[in-house]
Amino acid sequence: MDGSWELHPQVALRPEPFGALAYHYGNRRLTFLRSPELVELVRTLGEHGSLDDALAASGIEARRWPSYRKAVASLADGELLRPKAA
Amino acid sequence: MAVAPLVEELKGGLDAPICLTWELTYGCNLACVHCLSSSGRRDPRELSTAQAMSVIDQLRDLQVFYVNIGGGEPTIRSDFYDLVDHAVDSGVGVKFSTNGSTINAARAEQLAGADYVDIQISLDGATALTNDPIRGEGSYDMARRAMDHLAAADFGPFKISVVMTRHNVRELDAFAALADGYGAELRLTRLRPSGRGADVWHELHLLPEQQVDLYNWLVQRPNVLTGDSFFHLSALGEALPGLNLCGAGRVVCLIDPVGDVYACPFVLHDEFRAGSVLDEGGFAKVWKSSDLFLSLREPQSAGACASCGEFDACQGGCMAAKFFTGLPLDAPDPECVKGHGELALAGVSAGTVIARGPDHSTPVRLSRKPR
Repeated sequence: MDGSWELHPQVALRPEPFGALAYHYGNRRLTFLRSPELVELVRTLGEHGSLDDALAASGIEARRWPSYRKAVASLADGELLRPKAA
Repeated sequence: MAVAPLVEELKGGLDAPICLTWELTYGCNLACVHCLSSSGRRDPRELSTAQAMSVIDQLRDLQVFYVNIGGGEPTIRSDFYDLVDHAVDSGVGVKFSTNGSTINAARAEQLAGADYVDIQISLDGATALTNDPIRGEGSYDMARRAMDHLAAADFGPFKISVVMTRHNVRELDAFAALADGYGAELRLTRLRPSGRGADVWHELHLLPEQQVDLYNWLVQRPNVLTGDSFFHLSALGEALPGLNLCGAGRVVCLIDPVGDVYACPFVLHDEFRAGSVLDEGGFAKVWKSSDLFLSLREPQSAGACASCGEFDACQGGCMAAKFFTGLPLDAPDPECVKGHGELALAGVSAGTVIARGPDHSTPVRLSRKPR
């Protein structure tokens, strides 16, 4: 995923013991974010210039980045994330 | 990110429901033979507008993303659209179920302009011949008129909601065609022996071979909505889309017109009443700490199904279907696809007193006829 991304403004995150529920008010889709680290990463993604910057700032070990990159890409596919306007 | 299966986490319950049904009134101008809530007359203790507004505020605070509003016929409450507006303005999306009687052209126009409002029109036959014996004389035309108004107003994809019966299961393709014709979504749900449904369940529930037909039809059509209604059919093969578990008190619950909170929309009975939104601490306290809900979140015994290889697939089926047919909660589902339910039902002795929920039968009359 190139470029900078942010949580879609129509998406709400609700904390849950396993992470969070994400609800997209636009397409009415409910997604389970099943790791508190992923929730934090998604929540703060918009503050960073790229996903890798966000990962670096997250404190998540680098060897685990590939699985987070994959998770974030699938959230982008589901339109929970959107490219940030330049 | 190794994680436990989602379903295991959901069994332990969420911080707030995903799917909350709120029946706004027991008043209804129809008297469907299978009504889950035995609706007809309004309950004099029905929540006032102020109380209902406060329920919405509570849902907003809990981040309940949307609420399924039903009844009775919810649109007969004179404050119905004020409540919908307040919910939507609070970030609580609304999907409401209606028999269509109050959706005229002007109302359809107004609804088409609303964000986060979904409409579900109930229809239990693809023709009046199949529908009207269930929902009442003229109810088919009434529902179709509402659909015509919504389509003319360009509302977008509303939902057509069908309770599957022995008779309308033959019309699955016709329902799909009807929905396609309107650009609508089709939603099929299971007939439960709840409310007045108990009186007709034995004659109307799907025959075993019809359950197989329905399952095969649904597997081919993942876009047909089911509200996770048919998870007991998952024992026939691959799981149907959805969570495939009984969500009662875990991810689902019901608020009734007087503010009582029940474990799911199909168990309006004291035994499954967890508390009231009017209690101190409100809905949040009932959801988070009522004895009933906490017990439903405990691991459940497989009971009589423990020796069946399909238990993981069907989870023993629907609690309400068992309860209102006189079966113990750890018995097989009465419509168990392996036939264990029929055997269990045969074992319910003739003298058994089968539980019944409260009765609000006797329809109200609408003063204005929609055009």
